[in-house]
Amino acid sequence: MAKKVGTEVSFAVADAVKLADVDVIAAYPITPQTHIVEKLSEYVADGELDAEYICVESEHSAMSACCGSSATGARTFTATAGQGLELMHEVLTIPASSRLPMVAAICNRALSGPLSVWGDHSDLMGVRDTGWIQIIAENGQDVHDLTIAAFKISEHKDVMFPVMVHMDGFHLTHVIEPIVIMDQEDVDKFLPPFEYNNKLDPASPVSQGTYAPPHIYPEIKKAQDVALVNSKETIKAIWKEYGDLFGRYYNPIETYKTDDAETILVTMGSFSETASLAIDKLREQGKKVGLLRVRLWRPFPFAELRDAAKSAKTMIVLDRALSFGGPAGPLCSEIRSAFYQEKNRPQIISFISGLGGRDIDPEDFEAMIARGEDIAKNGSDSEYEILGVRE
Amino acid sequence: MEKYGLYTPRVAPQKEYFAAGHRACVGCGEMLAVRLVCKALGKETIVINSTGCIEIVSSLFPDTSWEVPWMHTLFENSAAVASGVESAIKVMQRKGKYADGKVNVVAMGGDGATLDIGMQALSGAMERGHDFVYVCYDNEAYMNTGIQRSSATPYGAMTTTSPPGKKSIGQQTWKKDMPAIAVAHNIPYVATASPAYPFDLMEKVKKAAATKGPAYLQIFSPCPTGWRSAGEISVKLARLAVETGAFPLYEVENGKYNLTMDFEKLRPITDYMKPQGRYRHLTESDIVLIEKKLHEQVQELRDKSSR
Repeated sequence: MAKKVGTEVSFAVADAVKLADVDVIAAYPITPQTHIVEKLSEYVADGELDAEYICVESEHSAMSACCGSSATGARTFTATAGQGLELMHEVLTIPASSRLPMVAAICNRALSGPLSVWGDHSDLMGVRDTGWIQIIAENGQDVHDLTIAAFKISEHKDVMFPVMVHMDGFHLTHVIEPIVIMDQEDVDKFLPPFEYNNKLDPASPVSQGTYAPPHIYPEIKKAQDVALVNSKETIKAIWKEYGDLFGRYYNPIETYKTDDAETILVTMGSFSETASLAIDKLREQGKKVGLLRVRLWRPFPFAELRDAAKSAKTMIVLDRALSFGGPAGPLCSEIRSAFYQEKNRPQIISFISGLGGRDIDPEDFEAMIARGEDIAKNGSDSEYEILGVRE
Repeated sequence: MEKYGLYTPRVAPQKEYFAAGHRACVGCGEMLAVRLVCKALGKETIVINSTGCIEIVSSLFPDTSWEVPWMHTLFENSAAVASGVESAIKVMQRKGKYADGKVNVVAMGGDGATLDIGMQALSGAMERGHDFVYVCYDNEAYMNTGIQRSSATPYGAMTTTSPPGKKSIGQQTWKKDMPAIAVAHNIPYVATASPAYPFDLMEKVKKAAATKGPAYLQIFSPCPTGWRSAGEISVKLARLAVETGAFPLYEVENGKYNLTMDFEKLRPITDYMKPQGRYRHLTESDIVLIEKKLHEQVQELRDKSSR
């Protein structure tokens, strides 16, 4: 029987990786990812997990080693954060285009400078267009379940893309929560062995990563995009299967009290749970407000989003990242795009807050909703507003 | 030479794993070296290739020259990718998920990929002790992008980013001693080789592949396009580089140096430099200085070998 234990969220990631019986882990330590890789190192050292742990000399080499490992047919995992993800960036497009399955836990962290080890979504937004499937966790249970499911998604023959599971640095990684840790037997039932058809093997030589001039490059990129967009249905099916088996369901767009909501707050990540407290309070006051959380960041679930926000007259989007001098926070830009062609589109307001680990309290969310409704009615001078900043 | 057909099949396998039909320049010394390396490695081999001439001439989608499993990802990371391949084979063989038996995991790249941009990844892979071979094909500049200087470019050589001028001799620094850096990682096998000495080259490749742990090979790779030399003298230039001391052949087994090709008297460096346009601008005193330095380096290797 799977049992609920009080454990650090980072350890719940490590436990998921152990339960998935990964073959190769290649990682470089960076705050706030360290507890994940420390725990995995212990599992390998104690013989509880039969894997090769490659202590690489950089994140660039971590992702490179992961490419080699996956191409050889090994189940592969890495974890990183912030600057580490930035250093990986050049390599990230390789497994996406070469269709090399692997799972990466990303402990979202602000980007330098100034140096900040604390959380926001700047690193997440920086890798948006690398072609990875990107899944957002909100709590420790999410992290555990979604990491296990991520291996199945990544290695599914209709998918074959690398998957990032994003979790907020510190706000999630370093907290202790009651989490149901899965049984090995259950995971074995759910997660089949990794079978990679094009593996590097002298018995059947393949060439991987050949170069493409203009006469073929666009065809390759279109094929990649079509495959990524199509992966959404498989992701949904695998999450449904997980829910049917273990009772915890996950969806590309998660909703809270949105059914009749005229004002919908949109969030992503662990702050969503705090936001729900503000929703509860405003509902008590009779206001028709709801909360919508983006779980699947790539491929972006446009249809599911539009469906979930049917009743909205105003959408207030919180971004924990800046697109300097841009049109809005990056999440808000996506939401605006999703509704632009709609006949009855809601007003969509962009707020940026919670940068570099700054907390957002339930009261802040109430104020955010009030300010958003005010802008919806009276307009604003700027494309987006940065909240909770001393001026 | 008249008995060539008689004895060659006995010392070198006829099977090619780097197939003809690739798009390299006429007289490319690098592709000759690649062909010999692949011959020596044989079938049970996986090649991880850095971005560069080798990758570009051999892998235009959907064609490939590779008859062994081959993977290219990026420029600077082949040693790291090879680390992943080697680790994956190790653990999957242990778990019964990959066919048993020795597989040569071989990363290869040019001097830019090795001595410059990929040195960190290579250092990491050597330090970690992966059972792999790294082959650096040294043509002494970034040839694929149009002959820009690297840290392997010899002192005085002309490249497009080390042009000689009123205030410059050309390349202003001496060639980085990468084999010594590899030796400093305490790896079991380091060697230099040249396509002008094909049997010596293949022996060293076989030794490197048989070595348990990391092995580093640096192979001299004449580039007629980049060196402004005639395509038909590439092998001759490779031989002259050894005979003049410009590229000495040696191996270092478990820290022990051994000069594998030595001469009572080195040939004058001008024999090697004259046929190459990249040295055309050098004055007599420049050449004297270069020759002195190269002779000192060979003497140093002799001293180390006799220890």
